[in-house]
Amino acid sequence: MRVRSRGRLLAGPLAVTVAVLAGCSGTDARDGDDTTLTVFAAASLQGAFERLADRFEDEHEGVTVELSLAGSSDLAAQIQQGAPADVFASADTPTMARLVADGLVGTPADFATNTLQIAVPPGNPAGVETLDDLAAPDVALVLCAPQVPCGAASTKVADAAGLDLAPVSEEQSVTDVLGKVVAGEADAGLVYVTDVAAAGDDVEGIDLPGPPDAVNTYPIATVGDDGDARADLAQRFVDLVLSDEGQETLAGFGFAAPDASP
Amino acid sequence: MTAPAGDAGAGLPRWAFVPAAVGGLFVVLPLVAMATRVDWSGYWSLVTSASARAALALSLQTSAASTAVCLVLGIPMALVLARCRFPGIDLLRSLVMVPLVLPPVVGGVALLYTFGRRGLLGETLEVAGLQVAFSTTAVVLAQTFVALPFLVMTLEGALRTAGSRYDVVAASLGARPTTVLRRVTLPLVGPGLVSGTVLSFARALGEFGATITFAGSLEGVTRTLPLEIYLQRETDPDAAVALSLLLVVVAVLVIAVTRQGRPARSPL
Repeated sequence: MRVRSRGRLLAGPLAVTVAVLAGCSGTDARDGDDTTLTVFAAASLQGAFERLADRFEDEHEGVTVELSLAGSSDLAAQIQQGAPADVFASADTPTMARLVADGLVGTPADFATNTLQIAVPPGNPAGVETLDDLAAPDVALVLCAPQVPCGAASTKVADAAGLDLAPVSEEQSVTDVLGKVVAGEADAGLVYVTDVAAAGDDVEGIDLPGPPDAVNTYPIATVGDDGDARADLAQRFVDLVLSDEGQETLAGFGFAAPDASP
Repeated sequence: MTAPAGDAGAGLPRWAFVPAAVGGLFVVLPLVAMATRVDWSGYWSLVTSASARAALALSLQTSAASTAVCLVLGIPMALVLARCRFPGIDLLRSLVMVPLVLPPVVGGVALLYTFGRRGLLGETLEVAGLQVAFSTTAVVLAQTFVALPFLVMTLEGALRTAGSRYDVVAASLGARPTTVLRRVTLPLVGPGLVSGTVLSFARALGEFGATITFAGSLEGVTRTLPLEIYLQRETDPDAAVALSLLLVVVAVLVIAVTRQGRPARSPL
């Protein structure tokens, strides 16, 4: 999955470069009116944003949406290094705040929230039923590292429950955690609700007790100042994500509405 | 670089220097660019933090262990591939080289399905009381998997170049096979053996994909220096750059030390 997203990462900037070059040299470029809108989105948004990108292309003839999916902090680092993105959708607010502070993005708008869920392999071999079970010494627990957003959220959950969790591995991303659970290497892991939904029958999800206190808010913003036409197009994509239709699509993939966040 | 000054460039067409220089720059420039990004005032504290020291120590230990495994398994493999002829040996040679062309992540997935808890050998190992998952052993397995072909390939090439004439002579003088191997064959391919060992150690030291897929990431247990660098990038890019430079220094030191003990003319 990482390999694939890398390919897409390259494809995005390349496509834009090609499009820009064509725009510079071509006299007939205007006839086709081909525009590529590059959307940088957190990996967890893959399913929802692929559908929204298709929808956007249907509504705007001659526009191609290139999705570049990776970890939010990777994407933010690329934008800081000058990657040609038009829209950025982050899985957490601190990452977006860094780009706002650098003056690289427009005003962000929150468009979704996500909560954690316990994921266990099919059949639940270790018999995990509650959050407390994760602290049992014979349960091979895998978490995200505290340095990444899902790990920070996991720490919050454990602290709120007064639990001292001792994971056998602190993974780089939520995808890595899910991978270890799907493979049966880990007895349990803390991942996003949307990841459990996307994994289908490969894992079972167990809700955390009480109100969801570890909520990640997803902000979206236009990137840079691409000139009137592109900026307008980027804004229209943001509008689509924030629209009722966009919200419905996101809900279909397990995301909650931004109002749910405190 | 190590060529004697007297014959520098002798007999080389001049145009060859241009692409050679471009190639050299291509390798060196990114390292220089990285060095310019290092926050030198805080460098020492960044590379001596508890997590950095744990990662470096783990990297050195596991790389040494996997290089040892590579030697134990790889020398006989290279001997068989270089000296034996039987049907299917060409296929065997290709298969041994597969980890070279496999993306390391794929290697990690393959190892997971072999040694993982639900893998091919996982249950047998578990019955035997061996738990490979999320252990330092898993890191060594991942490193050995990716590094082994480097040793086998280098040594096999050296064995073929050396030929078997001296072995035959030694055997005709009454030396037993093990003696021939120890006293004649291996000393003859000494430089190749050193090169192969250095290459596999360097590959093990840089191993990332198979480790993170197969072994996981926990400080002091499975989080080697490359994994620590990748993780630090999330929150502290300065630390990531500092650690990257540390990894480069360690790799250069290893190569320099091993090259020093060898004749200057031997090909690496």
